[in-house]
This record gives sequence, structure tokens and C-alpha cells, in this order.
Amino acid sequence: MLSIENLHVSVGDKPILKGINLQVKPGEIHAIMGPNGSGKSTLSHVLSGKSGYTVTEGKITYESKDLTEMAPEIRAREGVFLAFQYPVEIPGVSNIYLLKAALNSIRKHQGLPEVDAMDFLTLIKEKVRLLEMDEKFLYRAVNEGFSGGEKKRNEILQMAVLEPKLCILDETDSGLDIDALKVVAEGVNSIRSPDRSFVMITHYQRLLDYIKPDFVHVLAHGQIVKSGGPELALELEDKGYSWVEDKKAA
Amino acid sequence: MSSVIASRYPAEYSKIEATLPGGSQPWLRLLRAEALKQFSGRGFPSLREEEWRYTNVSGIEKNLFEPRLEPSVHQVDKDWLENYRLADCWQIVLVDGYYSAELSNLEGLPENVTVKSMSKLLEADAGQIEAYFGQAVGIDEHNFVAFNTAWFTDGAFIRIPTKTALDKPMQLLHIVTDPNRLATTRNLVIVESIAQAQLVETYVGTDQSYLSASVTEVFVEQNAELTLYKVQCESEKAYHYGGTYVKQSRDSRFSHHNFAFGGMLARSDIHVDLGHASECNLNGLYLGIKRQHLDNHTRINHLEPHGISREVYKGVLDGRARGVFQGRVVVAEDAQKTDSEMNNSNLLLSNDAEADTKPQLEIYADDVKCAHGVTVGQLDEKSVFYLQSRCVDEETARNMLTFAFANEMVFRITHKSLHDLVLAEVLKRFPQQGITQDWL
Ligand SMILES: Nc1ncnc2c1ncn2[C@@H]1O[C@H](COP(=O)(O)OP(=O)(O)OP(=O)(O)O)[C@@H](O)[C@H]1O
Ligand SMILES: [Mg+2]
Repeated sequence: MLSIENLHVSVGDKPILKGINLQVKPGEIHAIMGPNGSGKSTLSHVLSGKSGYTVTEGKITYESKDLTEMAPEIRAREGVFLAFQYPVEIPGVSNIYLLKAALNSIRKHQGLPEVDAMDFLTLIKEKVRLLEMDEKFLYRAVNEGFSGGEKKRNEILQMAVLEPKLCILDETDSGLDIDALKVVAEGVNSIRSPDRSFVMITHYQRLLDYIKPDFVHVLAHGQIVKSGGPELALELEDKGYSWVEDKKAA
Repeated sequence: MSSVIASRYPAEYSKIEATLPGGSQPWLRLLRAEALKQFSGRGFPSLREEEWRYTNVSGIEKNLFEPRLEPSVHQVDKDWLENYRLADCWQIVLVDGYYSAELSNLEGLPENVTVKSMSKLLEADAGQIEAYFGQAVGIDEHNFVAFNTAWFTDGAFIRIPTKTALDKPMQLLHIVTDPNRLATTRNLVIVESIAQAQLVETYVGTDQSYLSASVTEVFVEQNAELTLYKVQCESEKAYHYGGTYVKQSRDSRFSHHNFAFGGMLARSDIHVDLGHASECNLNGLYLGIKRQHLDNHTRINHLEPHGISREVYKGVLDGRARGVFQGRVVVAEDAQKTDSEMNNSNLLLSNDAEADTKPQLEIYADDVKCAHGVTVGQLDEKSVFYLQSRCVDEETARNMLTFAFANEMVFRITHKSLHDLVLAEVLKRFPQQGITQDWL
């Protein structure tokens, strides 16, 4: 599904990602952990097409297409979804309108007719219930005045409605209390399927208790310094990042 | 060598002087004479005056706009006028500076409410006018007020008596029908104690050059409430001056919504004097395209304790348009416990567009809460990317964000037909495809 080979990315003259290799197959869940400033969000932004980053070397292939050639909205319509670490507030645009516009763009891209208004409402209300959100959120402006936790839930609501193929979750668990974390994890688990993959960026083992990863990678100084199975996350929690960083240096 | 003439207009004054209303009233004759004298000295305000430093009105001197000498309505295109008549409102129509009873519609207006032509009332019962005229603004304010005082041909006098609540808005529809016309109206609005009303001032005109120069004095008496909307949709070749001067008595509430859309050069002054524990809200939206120059000048004078003021002005400027916001808040020494907030934000859609913003706080009391903020900028790129990451193409994302920015001021309008009229005027100025109301 996703293949990242020797990816080097700079912001201006400053190299941030320095040779990332990552293979994600359909249905797999990959967790990416790593210290602050190691380049995790940068990787998620580059995958979703944010401007301001230069790919200086390497390539990203998504479903056998060159991802870097596509505009952000095309990537999104092709099934790449980023749940932001810091979701943006959009005053004046309602949540429900954005969801509908997004869903219809995807359908148009797939050659399907616009979603029927009633079907849409049924679908969206089901997802709102799943994420234990108040329906009122649908009619509020996107993220405006939402608490940190509400914003994260809203990201997962969008993901649940749009049903992307590659879901990138950037610290969706940060700032959530334990109940909210369970709800969000359930939301994620509810859309797991053999042809849907997840890349979850997190600092905490806690999330991985609810959503069990197939692989855990440690990103430090712009490189993946260690990969392993779920047990790696536990080990990291125990020993801290310096353990892998030191090992690499040694 | 001849001396420099400040303005070409005073030389024309003798042609109309005899036709102006209120000639039989010594107090008004005197006031007009003083105003004419003051105006003749300096003419229209110049860039050298602090409150006019961003706005050059010298174009008014290049054309010599001519007042109509007597009222006439046969030239009014009735179908065109219908576009601006709001459903579910009473209407007062002012044509080229004259009150037209024929085009107005006051059916079902409660009998104790007074709505009269200023010129008629000056003949019949001038005392009602004398008590208020010039009390909310004097000719020393600046020379547009002096000009208006000397030149006004007519206007509307509105009085909502005590304890009366109007159940629908009253629309004051100012229209200009001829090219090169000068329309000068003077209006008085009195909302007596515990009364409640909504008023909509609409300005429209022929798609030619003309000058509309109106002054409205407003008195919101004790514990009364007034919401005043100004929808300025003058022609894109027109000059517009509109001054609204408000005096709020104890415990009163006043809200103003200023939509500045039209005019080649339009200047709007809103001044409010707040009495004890009164509250005022000033909202504004200016949308400039092409070469429009839109100047909005507000002043909030907190004169007594416990007053509350909230001000939000937004500007969207495209093409070579220029928007000006000058907002001054003065808190007098006695006005302790004043609570005031002012915000102005501007969106520039092109490299040639310009916004000048100047908030001013003058605080002479020590126990007050005052805040202000201004921004001038482009669309937030993070927001554009966020929408793109949700499948929206870049152009649509930009249109959505621009429209959403402006719409924040439009959705504050509660009256349906007014909301729809304003929204339609906003959409006219954003011709991009695909903007729809569902975004809201
Ligand atoms: N636009 C930018 N300009 C300059 N430096 C940047 C820019 N964006 C990111 N960086 C730098 O790149 C590095 C990686 O940042 P990134 O946000 O990807 O880290 P992260 O791993 O997501 O950290 P965190 O765990 O705190 O979220 C940091 O040193 C950051 O300061
Ligand atoms: Mg990050």
C-alpha cells in the first residue's frame, strides 16, 4: 500500500528526515514513536502533501503511484487521511458541510453520484454515536472553540465517515483522558479492515493497549533507528528513548 | 492674484437657498448660515485633518453635484426599487434627498409612532425638531456635517414613544435616481424610554456618479433598545458620506451593523455617547473590490460608569481596493467600570489591495477593562491545507475561507429578508463559482 524508500526531506536548508524506509501492507498497523522534534509530524505532513517541505532524495509510492506528484486534495480523495496533531479551527464553515463536501469529492473522484441527503444523515449520525459525540457538534464551525479532546474526536469522526485506505494518526491520543481514549480507540478499531492500514504516531504505550500494532518503529534524528513488534513499545516505555538512540550511536 | 477658493459648492448655494425647508425658523436659519460660513472657509475635509488622513475626498470638487430643487418621483424605476424593499418591514423612501410619502409604506404602523418628513414637520411643528437637532453632533465635528446642515433638503423624523415595541423593522430607503445628483438628507430618530425598535438604512442609486451625504442623529433614551442596520450599496461610481451620531441614555442598548459594500469612495462615521450602564455593539463589514475606497470611522465615548461596548469590524479587500478602519474609544474620567472591546481584522486578497487600521484607546478612568486587537493579512495557509487534506481543492478552499470570514458578520442578522439581501450583496462581490449557503 505505502512504500517509503530512503526519504530525505528538508525545510529550507535544514534537513529533517534523513533516509526513512517504511513498508506498510494492506491491513497492517504501524506505530511510530520517538522523542520530540525527531520528525514524526514532518513525515505525516509530507505524506499528506503540505507545502513547505522539499523531498531532496528518495521516493514515496502509494498504491503503485508516486505520492509526491499529487496535490493534497487528490491524495485525500485517493484515500490518504491525516488526523492532525493540532487540528485547525475553521470559523464560518460547519462541520457537517465539510464532511459532506469531503465525502462528495471522494465519490466524484470515484465516479459515483453525490450522496443522498438522507443516507448521509443516517451515516453521519451513526458515526457521531459511535464516537459518543453530541450531534450539536455537527452544526458547529469546524473545531471552533472545541476542547483539545473534542478536536481529536472530531478528527476520528471525519476519518470514520470518509473511510480512507491509509490512516495516519498524529498523536491522536495526546490530551485525551482515559475514557476519551477508549472511545477514540473503539472508533479506530471499528473501521479496521484487511485492506485498510494505519500509521499511528504516539508517545504512549497506553494507546497501543487498545489498538494493537503489528510493528513498532522508533524515529530519532530523522531516521528510523529501530523496528520491532509490539513488545518494543513496552521496552521503550521501560527504558526510554535514550536506550535506542544510544544503541544506534554505539 | 485671486485667493484660493476652498470649495466650488458655496457659490451654488444661492440657487437652492430659498427652496430649503425650515426657512421660517430663525434657529435653523442661523444654524444653516453658520454651517455655510464654516464650510466656505475650508471646504470638504482634507488629508491634513487627522481623522481624514487616509481618505481623499477631493474628487467631490471635480464634479459639481447638483441638488434637485423640488421633490419628484416619476423618474423612479419601480421595478428596480422593488429589489431593495425588504419584505416584512415598514418603509420610508427618500428620493434624491426628498421624503416620498407616495413610495413609502407605513400601513399598520401603531398610531402613537411618529414618522414624518423633516421638511413637513419643520412647517407644522418645528419645536419637535428643534429639541433634538444638532444635539448628537455639531457642525464643528467636520465639514461634511456642516455641509449637510447647510444643504439638507429633507429627511425622516421618527419617534417611537415610550413603552412601545415595534414588532417589525422600519426601513429607511435612500435612493438616488439621476447622474451627477447631490442628495443631502438629515434624519432624526428618537427611541423614547423603554421603547424598542429596529431600523434599516439602505443606500442605493443609479449606476452613475453622484454624491449622497446624509446625517442621522439618534437618541436612545432610558432603558430603550435600538438595532440599526446600515446597508450601503451605492453605485460603484458614487461618493457616499453617511454619519450616524448616537446618544444613549442610562441603561439603554444600541446595536449597529454597518455593511459597506458600494461606492467608489464611501465614508461612514458612527459615533456613540454612552450614558450610565448602557451597552453598545458596533459590527461592521466592508468589502472592497476594483478601486473602491471604503473608510469606516467609529467613536465610542464612555461618558459615565458601567458602560459596555463591543466592536467588531471586518474587511475583505480585493483588486486595488483600499479599506480604512479608524476606531476610537474614549473612556472619560467618570466612566469607571467601563468594559470595552474592539477588534478589526482585514483580509487582503490581492497584492494591490490595502488596509489601513488605526485603533485608538484614550482612557482617563483608572478602573476599567479595555481590550483591542487588529490584524491585516492573507488567508491562513494552515486552514487552506486543512481543507485540502479533507478533499477540498485549493481554489474552493480559499473561496470557502474568504466567504466564511465575511459571513461571520452576516449571520448576526436575525431578520430573514434583510439577511438574504445582505448575503446576496456579499455573494455578488465574490463571483467565484461554487460558493453556496450550505457552507454555513
Ligand atoms: N517549518 C519548519 N521550519 C523549521 N523547522 C521545522 C519546521 N517544521 C519542523 N521543523 C523542525 O523539524 C524537526 C521535527 O519536527 P516535527 O514536528 O516533525 O517533530 P515531531 O517528531 O512531530 O515532534 P513532537 O513529538 O514534539 O510532535 C523539529 O526540530 C522542528 O523544529
Ligand atoms: Mg509531532
